[in-house]
Amino acid sequence: MKRDIILAGVGGQGILSIATTIGTAALHTGLHLKQAEVHGMSQRGGDVSSNLRIADHEIASDLIPYGKADLIISVEPMESLRYLPLLAPGGWLITSTKPFINIPNYPEMDKLIMEIEHIHNHIALDADEIARKLGSARSANMVILGAASPFLEIEYSELQDAIRQIFEKKGEEIIAMNLNALQAGRDFAETHMN
Amino acid sequence: MNQKLMLLGDEAIAQAAIDAGISGIYAYPGTPSTEITEYVIQSAEAKSGKIRAGWSTNEKTAMESALGMSYAGKRVMVCMKHVGLNVAADPFMNSAITGANGGLIVVSADDPSMHSSQNEQDSRVYGQFALLPILEPTSQQDAYDMVHYGFDMSEKLGVPVLMRITTRLAHSRAGVVRKPTRLQNEIHLPEDHRQFILLPSNARRQYKTLLQKQEVFEKYALESGFNVFSDGENKELGIITTGIAYNYLLENYPDRIIPFPVLKIAQYPVPHSMVAEIYNSCEKLLILEEGYPILEESIKGFLNTGKTVRGRLDGTVPRDGELNPNIVALALGMHDTRGIDIPSIVVGRPPSLCKGCPHIYSYNALNEALEVFSKGRVFSDIGCYTLGALDPFDAINTCVDMGASITMAKGAADAGLHPAVAVIGDSTFTHSGITGLIDCVKDKSQIMIMILDNETTAMTGGQDSSAFGRIEDICLGVGVKKEHIFILDPSPKSHKENLAILNQELCYEGVSVIIPRRECIQTSIRHHKEHQKSEALLSEN
Ligand SMILES: Cc1ncc(C[n+]2csc(CCOP(=O)(O)OP(=O)(O)O)c2C)c(N)n1
Ligand code: SF4
Repeated sequence: MKRDIILAGVGGQGILSIATTIGTAALHTGLHLKQAEVHGMSQRGGDVSSNLRIADHEIASDLIPYGKADLIISVEPMESLRYLPLLAPGGWLITSTKPFINIPNYPEMDKLIMEIEHIHNHIALDADEIARKLGSARSANMVILGAASPFLEIEYSELQDAIRQIFEKKGEEIIAMNLNALQAGRDFAETHMN
Repeated sequence: MNQKLMLLGDEAIAQAAIDAGISGIYAYPGTPSTEITEYVIQSAEAKSGKIRAGWSTNEKTAMESALGMSYAGKRVMVCMKHVGLNVAADPFMNSAITGANGGLIVVSADDPSMHSSQNEQDSRVYGQFALLPILEPTSQQDAYDMVHYGFDMSEKLGVPVLMRITTRLAHSRAGVVRKPTRLQNEIHLPEDHRQFILLPSNARRQYKTLLQKQEVFEKYALESGFNVFSDGENKELGIITTGIAYNYLLENYPDRIIPFPVLKIAQYPVPHSMVAEIYNSCEKLLILEEGYPILEESIKGFLNTGKTVRGRLDGTVPRDGELNPNIVALALGMHDTRGIDIPSIVVGRPPSLCKGCPHIYSYNALNEALEVFSKGRVFSDIGCYTLGALDPFDAINTCVDMGASITMAKGAADAGLHPAVAVIGDSTFTHSGITGLIDCVKDKSQIMIMILDNETTAMTGGQDSSAFGRIEDICLGVGVKKEHIFILDPSPKSHKENLAILNQELCYEGVSVIIPRRECIQTSIRHHKEHQKSEALLSEN
C-alpha cells in the first residue's frame, strides 16, 4: 500500500495542519512516512506545496515522482491545477473552490472550474462556506481533509483520533468543531464521488 | 529510546548534536539551515544541559566562536546556509590548519534550484578546498547517525568536519531513532600550546600534518560504512550517486533491486579503491550528483580519454538545478511518467510583502522622493524588503550579497552617481553593513542609507536581531553625524513627514542614515501570542 499526496495552497493558508493530521494517523497505524515541507520566506501570499508520502514499506525519495501522486489535496482552486503533472492517471483531485485572489491576473472563476472538471476524478467544494455554516470558519482545512478521507486508505476513525490528539490541549469544543468539519467534508465527498 | 521521532533533516541533526554532547551551537539563520539551531534553542534537554544555543551576528562570528569552544575542549556545532560559508570562509579554511580540539562539526545547507537563495554553490567544493572530511547524509536517520560519527572522527583526528546537506533533506520529515546520549566534555586545552597560532612557521608544519592526514580521511571514508558498493548483474552500466541522489535512483526501482552495480557516496574524500572497482568492472558510468558535477569531473579527468562517463557534463542530467526521481529516470532511459500539463490559465503567484508590512511604507516614500531623478539609484540587500524589486514597488536595482547595498552605493557615489541610495534591513546591517558604513564615513561619501528596522530577522522566520534598539547608537558610534540620523515611522499617517525628510537628505552631500522603525507584522503577531500564552500560564498557576 502507498499513498502519495500533494498538498497545495497559498502561504499562510496552513496546509501543514492537513499534513500533520494525516501524518499522525498514518504513524499510529504503523505506516512509513516522509513529508517534504516548504520553509523559508516568511512573507505570505506565494504558492506553497508539500509532498506527503505514506507506505507500508520504506520510502526512498522525499519527493513524489511526476505522474505518481494518488491525490492532490488543495485548499485553493488555481493552486490545485499547478501540480497536475504530478498526478497519476486515475488519481484524485480534491480542492476547495474558494479562490485566494492576491494577484491582479487571477484567472476567471468559471474557466478554473471547467479545468478542474476536466479531471475525471475530482471533488470540488467550497470548504470555507461549509465550515462557516457549521459555525467554525477556521476549520475549512478539516473540511478539505474530510473530503479527501475516502481516498486515503487510512481508517476514518484513525483520522478522528488524530484530531483528538492534536487538539487535545485546546479543549472539547475545538475538538468537536474539527470533527464536525471533517465529517461534513466526508459527507460531501461520499455524495459527489461519481 | 527506540521510539521513532518524526524529524526534519535539520531537526535530526540538532537532536543528534544534543545527544552527542555538544556544549554549544552557533549560527546565523539562513534557509534551509535555520531549523537546526531553532530546534536546539527550543529544546528542554538543551536548556537543562546548559547548552549554549543562540544566533550570532553573522556566519564568521559564529564559526570563530565555535572554533573557540573547540579550542577549550568542548564539542560544538556551527550552522549556516551555503552562502554563509562564503562569509565564514576565512576562519573555516584556517580551522583546517589549526585543527580542532573538542569535536567541531560545520553544517552547511545547500539550496540547489535556489528555492530561496541567490546561487546554488556546492559546499563540497569548500570541504575539498579546505582538505577536510565531508559527510553528506542521504536520509534523516543518516544525518542523525553521522553527527555522532562526525564528532568522534573530529576528536580522534583533531580536525573540523564539514556536513553538507541540501534543501530536500533539510526540510523533509521522516522517522529517526535516537542513540544513547553522551556527556559533554570537560574543559581541556590543546596539548600543543602553539597549535592555534598560525604564524608561518607553525602554519607550514600544521599544513603538512593536514596533508598527511588525507590518507587517514580516505581510510575512514572506506571503513565507516556510509559509502556502500552494491554489485549488480548488468555490467553495461555502473552508477555512482552522491547524497540524496541515491534515494531518487532507488525510487525508480519499486522492488528495490537495481540491475547495475551502484556505488553510493556519502562520505569524502571519496575512496579511490571504491571508484576504481566500479570503473573497472563496468562498461560505462552514470554519475548522479545532487549539486555540482564534482566527482564526475574528477573521474572523467581533464582529457576525458577513459571510459564513457555520463552525467551533468554531457547533458544526460541537466547541468543545473536539483535532481528528482524523474530526472534520474530519464537519465536511466526509462519513460517519462509526467502527468498532464499545467493548464495555461494557471498563473504565477510570487510571494509578496504582508499586508501592513512596514517595508511597504518605506518604499512608498522612497519611490515618491526619487520621482524627480532618473531611475537606477537604489542599491538594496537581502531580506523581506528584497520583494521591493517586484510590482507594484519596482523600487530597487540591486541585491547581491548581505551588506552589498551600502558598499555598492558607495562605489556608485564615488563614480559620480548622485543621489545614491542604500536600502538594508536591521539584521543585514549588523551582519555586514557596519563595516561598509565606516568606509562611507571615512570617505564622507555622498549617500543616503535607509536601515529598514523591523526589529527582527523576518525573512528567515523572525529571529532576534543583534542590534535591537541600538541601530542609531551604532551609526553615531562609527561617526555618522547626529543631525543626519533620522528615525521614521513607516506607516501611512507619517507619509508626508517621511517624504519631507527623504527629500531633504537626498540633497545632503555626505552620509545620512534614515531608520524607518516598526515591528514586522508576523513577529508582532507571534510576540502577542507568546505574551498571551505566558499570561495564561501565570493565571493558571
Ligand atoms: C550570507 C547569508 N546569510 C544568510 C542569508 C539568509 N538571509 C537572507 S535575508 C536574511 C535576514 C534578513 O533580515 P533583515 O535584514 O533584518 O531583513 P527583514 O527580512 O527583516 O526585512 C537572512 C538571514 C543569506 N542570504 N546570506
Ligand atoms: S514577514 Fe514581516 S517584514 Fe516580512 S513581509 Fe511580512 S511583515 Fe514584512
